[in-house]
This record gives sequence, C-alpha cells and structure tokens, in this order.
Amino acid sequence: MARIIVITSGKGGVGKTTTAAAMAMGLAQRGHRTVVIDFDVGLRNLDLIMGCERRVVYDFVNVINGEANLNQALIRDKRCDGLYVLPASQTRDKEALTKEGVGRVLTELGKGYDYIVCDSPAGIEHGATMAMYYADDAVVVTNPEVSSVRDSDRMLGILASKSRRAEDGEEPIKEYLLLTRYAPTRVERGEMLSVDDVQEILSLSLLGVIPESQAVLNASNAGIPVVLDNDSTAGKAYGDMVARYLGDDLPMRFLDAERKGILGRLFGG
Amino acid sequence: MAVQTPTQAAVAVAPAFELKASSFTLPVIRLLSLDMDAVAAQLGPKVEQAPGFFRNTPVVIDLSELAQAQGNVGFPHLVGLLRGLGMIPVGVRGGGATQNEAARAMELAILGDSTRAGRQPGAAAVSAESRTEPQVQSPVGDDQGDPTPVSMLVDRPVRSGQRLYAASGDLTVVGPVSSGAELMADGNIHVYGPLRGRVIAGLKGDIGARIFCRSLEAELVSVAGHYRVSESIPTDLKGRSVQVFLDHEVLRIDPIG
Repeated sequence: MARIIVITSGKGGVGKTTTAAAMAMGLAQRGHRTVVIDFDVGLRNLDLIMGCERRVVYDFVNVINGEANLNQALIRDKRCDGLYVLPASQTRDKEALTKEGVGRVLTELGKGYDYIVCDSPAGIEHGATMAMYYADDAVVVTNPEVSSVRDSDRMLGILASKSRRAEDGEEPIKEYLLLTRYAPTRVERGEMLSVDDVQEILSLSLLGVIPESQAVLNASNAGIPVVLDNDSTAGKAYGDMVARYLGDDLPMRFLDAERKGILGRLFGG
Repeated sequence: MAVQTPTQAAVAVAPAFELKASSFTLPVIRLLSLDMDAVAAQLGPKVEQAPGFFRNTPVVIDLSELAQAQGNVGFPHLVGLLRGLGMIPVGVRGGGATQNEAARAMELAILGDSTRAGRQPGAAAVSAESRTEPQVQSPVGDDQGDPTPVSMLVDRPVRSGQRLYAASGDLTVVGPVSSGAELMADGNIHVYGPLRGRVIAGLKGDIGARIFCRSLEAELVSVAGHYRVSESIPTDLKGRSVQVFLDHEVLRIDPIG
C-alpha cells in the first residue's frame, strides 16, 4: 500500500504546488515509484510546474467519473523514471471530487506506487478537505508571517479531526512543518518570524526550511521542479527535505544571512 | 459572556437567591426540511463526529426557514430525536404562530431573535420521555451542574478554529492552545502549554470556577460571564503563570508560583 502525503497550508501562495512537485520528484529520484495528484480542480497549476501541461489528455475528474482509466490520465515524467502526474480538471469545480471517487482512485494507485503526493488547493473547503482526507502524512507549508501561521494552525486542527484516520479512530496523521520563503536577512532585522517563533506557535516537527530564492520562480516558469536545480539554495533545501522525510538526520541549512564579499555582491548569490 | 445585572435584594435577612440576567451561546439547529426522517439520518453522523460537543448540550431549534411552510414540524419526533442524541432542546425561534403553539405544547421556550433564553435548560421538554433513550442523563440545571462531574483531558495541541467544551466538569489541556481556539467548561480550566486562545470557565454560571495557566497570552478569559479581552489584560501579567477567578463579581487575574 502506498503512503499518501498531503501538501497543505490553508493559505494560498505559500508554495504548496512547488513543494508537491519537489517532494514527488525527490522521492522518485531516490527510486520510489511516485504519483503526484493535483487536487486544485478549476485552478490547476501542477502541470505547469511539472512542465507537462502540453501532454494533458484526461484528468483526475475524468477518472473519478469513469470517463477514462488511470493509465490514460497519468502522465509519465520525461526526466525521471517512476514519476507520474495526475492533473486536475480545469473546467470543472471542486464538487466533482467525491469522497468515494477519490478513495477509489487512491486505492487503485496504492497498488502500483510507493508514494502518492496530494497537492491541496488553498482554503479549508471541499477541495482541501478531499486532498487531506485519506492522507497518512501531512506537510504543512507555512511562510514566516502571522497570517500564514494562523492558517496553518487551523489546517492542523482540521487534519486532526476531519481525516479518515481521525474518523476511524486510527493513529493520527503524521504532521510535518515546512517553512518556505524564509529570508534570513529579514529575520535578523525583525521583519519576519524566525524558525523558532513559528515552531513555538505550531509545535510541530520541522521537515525543512526553504530559503526565499529567485530560482523558485525561474523553475516554475520553465516547468522544471526546483529540486532539480542543485545550484540553488532552494533546490538544495528541498533535497534535504525529501531526505529528512525518508528518515535522514540532516542539519538545517541556509538559516543565517549570507555575508557577501565584494565578489559575491558583484556577481549575485 | 454577558453583562450581569445583579438586583439588589436590600433586606435585612441573608438573601436566599439572586436574580440575574445572563446570556448563553447555544448551538442552533436550523431546520431546512419538515422531513424528520431526513433530519435524523443527517444529524446522527454529525453528532458522531463530535459526541463530546453535543452531550448534554442545550440546543435551540431555528424555524425561520420553515415559518411559511405548510404542515407540522413534528415536535414530539424532533425533541425525541435530539434528546436521543444527547442534546437538550430548550426552545425554538423564528417560527410561525401555529409552530410556536405546537412548540409551547412541548414545553419548549419561544425565543426572540436576540436568542435570549426565556427559560433555563433544565425545564425543557419533559414530555418527551417516552421517546428518550435510556442512556440520556437527566437534564442539567443551570445552577448546580451535573451531580457526577466529568472532567476532560486533552493532550494534543488545541488549534485555531477548534472548540472544546467540558460539560459539567473541568477541562485540562496539557499542550498549547492556539490563537483562535476556544475552550469552554462548566468547571475550571487548566492549560499547561502557552494559552493564546479564548477560555471560558464556569460556562453555566458557576462563580467559583477558575482558569489556571502557565503562560497567559489569551485573547479572552471569562469566568461565569465576567470577561476580559487581551487588550484589557495588564501587560505585566502576559506570559506569566496566573489564575483567573471572580472576587465579589470582579474578575481578578493573579500571578501564581
């Protein structure tokens, strides 16, 4: 049975889809058969971030409605063996995701894959609750600012009460915190919450800290998951995140402001 | 949480009672259909999700969607259903004249839209006994609380948006209580992690109830209807171990330890 990971946050624009793409790619690179599903029906983005938007024929909702089978809808990643994308439908709305339908698709995928990564839409409404309902693990993506932290906290409450595991009285979903868009210089100036501040409020185990990086936007525009960009700090930090998820004990990197020398200042970081 | 208006019983003998006004936040069940079987089918699973929240909870039935509807609401069936699920129906609001008449026949209070209770929970719905499930406890009065207090212990963080209610007992939270979370208890409330949410002790009017916490960062503290919001809590008490209690109708926050 595959392990189901939901990437969620409550708040929008914090980096869920980037994280889902990085997580899926990272797991697949390490030899695990992985599928990443876009739950953001009506506002799909994962196909763009994964660079497969021109190969979408059928989508998640087609599979739920029985209009296509899984093999027709799954898109194989060209860069990495064992990685597949199940895109969302852009023309339907989130009510098309039914609990039974989603459950059926996840069960079927569970037979052939090691990990299923669910990219949750923003909000706490139907789409988001469907994305987390069957999860085994949850990565809560949070920016170091108060509104994002509060929304994450709200989402953690929902994870604890409205998931299948909670309803069946099983062991609760394993929750991890991922801090994204972290800018150490702004933390030093007191303009941004620090890692410790956020952990103090959310009291969760920290899966990683992704520094704010121009590479993320460039990677999104190019349709290449940023985890493949090993030269960027964000790419390296995402690599660490995947390794930590799989059980490696790595120290957190990129938490301190870089002291740039004259050359660094001239040529950028 | 409300303003309390003590009436002065200015007599020589020791007063045997005080007459007070107090408002309560009660769950409202807004009926959208006259089909009680459909209501029963949908309400059951809802209650199963949070049995603790509904147990011995007074509820108000809102008829505003059905005020124009023809046909009977079927109060005996509805009251029996709610009591069977552990709730204590106390009144109706927003109904038409015939509906109010039928509700009154079931000893349900007719509440104004201000949701001010005209009647205390214990007095309601005595006539539904034939339909009451055996495990339903006797209705809890407004004055004394349940004779067998049940306390509640929570050892997970209480997150923003979560509400916990310990009916007729104490509530203890070992972990943190986040901003935007709400704790309620008929008795005392103890919080061992940082307390950043809203806490309401003595929900049913127990003026002896207290709140204890290790680090006071709450948005609101309330004991038996007397409350203070974060803004009116002295800054030198923030982050400290305190107890919150009523001293002659004045809410006091004192450091402990």
